[in-house]
Amino acid sequence: MSTVYIENRPHQMNEKQNLLEGCLSAGMNLPYFCWHPALGSVGACRQCAVKQFKDESDTHGRIVMACMTPAANGTRISIDDPEAVEFRRAVVEGLMLNHPHDCPVCDEGGECHLQDMTVMTGHAYRRATFEKRTFRNQYLGPFVNHEMNRCIQCYRCVRFYREYAGGGDLNAFSLRDIVYFGRERDGVLESEFAGNLVEVCPTGVFTDATHKRHYTRKWDLQFGPSVCIHCGLGCNTSVAERYGTVRRIVNRYHRAINGYFLCDRGRYGYEFVNSSQRIRQPRLRGRLVPAEAALGYLRLLAGGSVMGIGSPRASLESNFALRKLVGPEHFYAGIPSSEASVLALMLKILRTSTARTPTLHEIEEADALFILGEDVSNTAPRMALSARQSTRQQPMQGLERLHIPLWLDHPVREAVQNARGPLFVATPFATRLDGIATRAIRGAPDDLARLGFAVAHAINGSAPSEGVVDGTAEIAEALQRAHRPVVISGASLRNAALVQAAANIARARPGAALALIAPECNSLGLALLDAAPLEGALATHAETLIILENDLYRRAPEEVADKFLSRFHHIVVLDSLENATTRHAELLLPAATFAEGDGTFVSSEGRAQRALQAFVPPEAIAESWRWLGEWKSLDEAVAALAADIPALAAITSASPPASFREAGQKIPREPARYSGRTAKLAQISVHEPKPPDDPDTPLAFSMEGSPNQPPPAVTPFFWSPGWNSYQAINKFQEEIAGPLRGGDSGVRLFEPAARGNGYFPGAPRRFEPKPNEWLIVPIHHIFGSEELSRHAPGVAELAPQPYVALNPRDAEAFGAEVFCLGQRVRVRLAPEAPSGVVGVPADIPPFLGFDLPMRAEIRRAE
Amino acid sequence: MLSALRTLWNVFLHMFRKRVTVQYPEQKPYLAPRWRGRIILSRDPDGGERCVACYLCAVACPVDCIALQATEDQTGRRYPEFFRINFSRCIFCGYCEEACPTYAIQLTPDFEMAEYERQNLVYEKEDLLIDGPGKYPGYNFWRVAGVKIGGKDKGEAQNETAPVDLHTLLP
Repeated sequence: MSTVYIENRPHQMNEKQNLLEGCLSAGMNLPYFCWHPALGSVGACRQCAVKQFKDESDTHGRIVMACMTPAANGTRISIDDPEAVEFRRAVVEGLMLNHPHDCPVCDEGGECHLQDMTVMTGHAYRRATFEKRTFRNQYLGPFVNHEMNRCIQCYRCVRFYREYAGGGDLNAFSLRDIVYFGRERDGVLESEFAGNLVEVCPTGVFTDATHKRHYTRKWDLQFGPSVCIHCGLGCNTSVAERYGTVRRIVNRYHRAINGYFLCDRGRYGYEFVNSSQRIRQPRLRGRLVPAEAALGYLRLLAGGSVMGIGSPRASLESNFALRKLVGPEHFYAGIPSSEASVLALMLKILRTSTARTPTLHEIEEADALFILGEDVSNTAPRMALSARQSTRQQPMQGLERLHIPLWLDHPVREAVQNARGPLFVATPFATRLDGIATRAIRGAPDDLARLGFAVAHAINGSAPSEGVVDGTAEIAEALQRAHRPVVISGASLRNAALVQAAANIARARPGAALALIAPECNSLGLALLDAAPLEGALATHAETLIILENDLYRRAPEEVADKFLSRFHHIVVLDSLENATTRHAELLLPAATFAEGDGTFVSSEGRAQRALQAFVPPEAIAESWRWLGEWKSLDEAVAALAADIPALAAITSASPPASFREAGQKIPREPARYSGRTAKLAQISVHEPKPPDDPDTPLAFSMEGSPNQPPPAVTPFFWSPGWNSYQAINKFQEEIAGPLRGGDSGVRLFEPAARGNGYFPGAPRRFEPKPNEWLIVPIHHIFGSEELSRHAPGVAELAPQPYVALNPRDAEAFGAEVFCLGQRVRVRLAPEAPSGVVGVPADIPPFLGFDLPMRAEIRRAE
Repeated sequence: MLSALRTLWNVFLHMFRKRVTVQYPEQKPYLAPRWRGRIILSRDPDGGERCVACYLCAVACPVDCIALQATEDQTGRRYPEFFRINFSRCIFCGYCEEACPTYAIQLTPDFEMAEYERQNLVYEKEDLLIDGPGKYPGYNFWRVAGVKIGGKDKGEAQNETAPVDLHTLLP
């Protein structure tokens, strides 16, 4: 820590940060544009000018940029110095010269960093009378809207898009004072992190195109602190609602997990909540029935012989409620044994391994990565962004000797040049991380597992291995040389040997962290409930079957699912969207989505986090645990769950209980300036209803409540006086880019074991291509492979058409189209793919319900 | 005694003063043009809806009696899908008019809004929208704003240069 004097008053600052970060951490208001806590300083916008003094006797001082000056001990600065104030005002006036008169029709208005900074600097009247330059906009895809006139040339967008997220198709085209940020021509932005431009851009150049279709100002939205349900990473999000529909998702900062950024599936997958396919009322044999009647019938059925199928996308409470209703012996996990066995193995490793499960932040700081069998960009996209940052770690290790602070972005990039730290990607098909990988290795899943076993053996001779695999030595050496190596694997290929190999490496290399990616938002939570896989359910019988938020036609082949469902007298289905399974329901109950219900989810990291509802739906929609259980509140459900399952006892502390009060008051879900309270329902009745009670959380469906900062787990949105944009996050952190005040939310269920288990023996045998029998492997897609986000129109637009990926040599035997798994689909050439392996898009119709990978025949389509 | 006589005399004098009672409703009182009465939504000189659904009136409203939802036509021109004022809550403070960046929402010199049913005091857009520009005849927000809408391309607004041809930026 260092002592910095601001207006002659001492402040404690982190000497590893710059003055701007120090001032913001100290709670000062200092305007800025080009600096971003995740992107570092470039000193381009000249907005954070302060006056620095030599010593106490210096009255002249000189103007410096706070973002380019280290917070060194004894520094004396003034923010309020008249010259510095005038300098900042003049800079903003210059930036505003060409800014159009758009605020009333701009989607950024009301949460605009440029508005905030302009007000902060006191620039209120335009003196310039000459003409403004204009630009034409580009179509950038279904997610991001472009309005180039509003640009203030801070360069944050290209710095994020190109340097941070590794995108190639957004660039600056410039000549003199004319700078254009866009693509070469109209087209969908290629990066799966393009949605972050909406939050990175300080003004309205890049705005949320899905939000534009049902636009609401930030102050009019009711927020809920939520957890993303579109993959297993558990990124924190804020869900925003108005007039009973979800309007947008914004990032909810969590230092250890998502930091400042989300992936586009997480940001834009929300529209399924507003889908016309939503189930909104209970239905008995196709007819709408009141909730009480449906509940009565459910109780009647539950009294008889009953069996339940849980779901990896339902919350812990919902799965537990079903398990309790039908009895643990009649509760099945609802995933095929191929997946369940890998998840059980992952759980065993999490419990017994000496390796730490890294947070995404720790992956960002890793200096060597080995990704084994997981296409991270598609199965856990936010982790790919972290992996990208990790490749800078090793080249940056020498910078301290050069006296370059890490926040000084351009000198760091000059010093690093194109050097990249070790990143090894071993997958069957090409991934989007290949471009920055030290080496990308292609092979059949078993061959990749053999590589993993061989690497473990090369690091530590006592680890088992069979034979030499190409690339082993290089990977082993890199992992050994690194200070903080991380091995990443997961369940997406449903190959236990891959996970075992990753665990062996983590065991062979002490200090290595091991990240195992679970396929869905609560896969790990379901595994913790220790239920038998779907095959167990197929073999048994009962009068009544209760299916919890699970489309069996995605878990088993159509004919198997048909036959299975036809065996029951009564089928009860709880779900949020119509699907193939809900059509078989005798009793269909409307389940709440993450936006309307509360529940706890366990992420791949083993962190239990609670997603809390944003609004109360007008219809009979309720959480599945409320339909199935007898509990009156979430706390009761959590307490029952914690008491019954010791492994989950810690989840009670995942978020504060409903009785929690901040300064004696509930926490408001609505910003203080929420409008239209006395008019929004006046068309129905002029007598305003009382806002709904919330018995489950310490939050209120109101603008009234404590103005203090709530604990991070129940912070619905970020706002601070004068800071209306997302940059208000500065005011909620312990220090800039540090954890939120109150610490990282959620509770980690697993910490490294002290002693650990032994090595997993025996690598699998080498994969041998067989004539006329192909190994069909799933290829995951960020847009399309996930069940719920597919119902969002933008995601559906970007989802791929069905295809079969083949090595060009193998494809020679076939034409442009083939029959594969009973479907006629076109062939897509995958030059690097291993011979004898065929890729099909995972969980994209018509490839639903197949237990991939599997061996099957493909035929030429005539 | 003297005071009572003076009072009688004063009352007597009042018989010859000018009458202030207005025979309302037969006789309408004078209301200044800026009088804050019934709220209307105006149209710009071209006849298009002036309201751009920016939500500023709603947020300025101290009793929160304005609710609306923004939408856009195919050309990108923004307008309110619905616009509702609950006049049973309105205090006619005029903050909405003051906040309006397009002169769309205006208070008018009309107070004759009494209803027997409170529900009838909820006005929708069709009740609010008038056919003229109201108090501010010349102004058209879209001619000043930089966004492109039907009939106005980029660079055609006031004080704008023609759009930059991106080919001039290429090396």
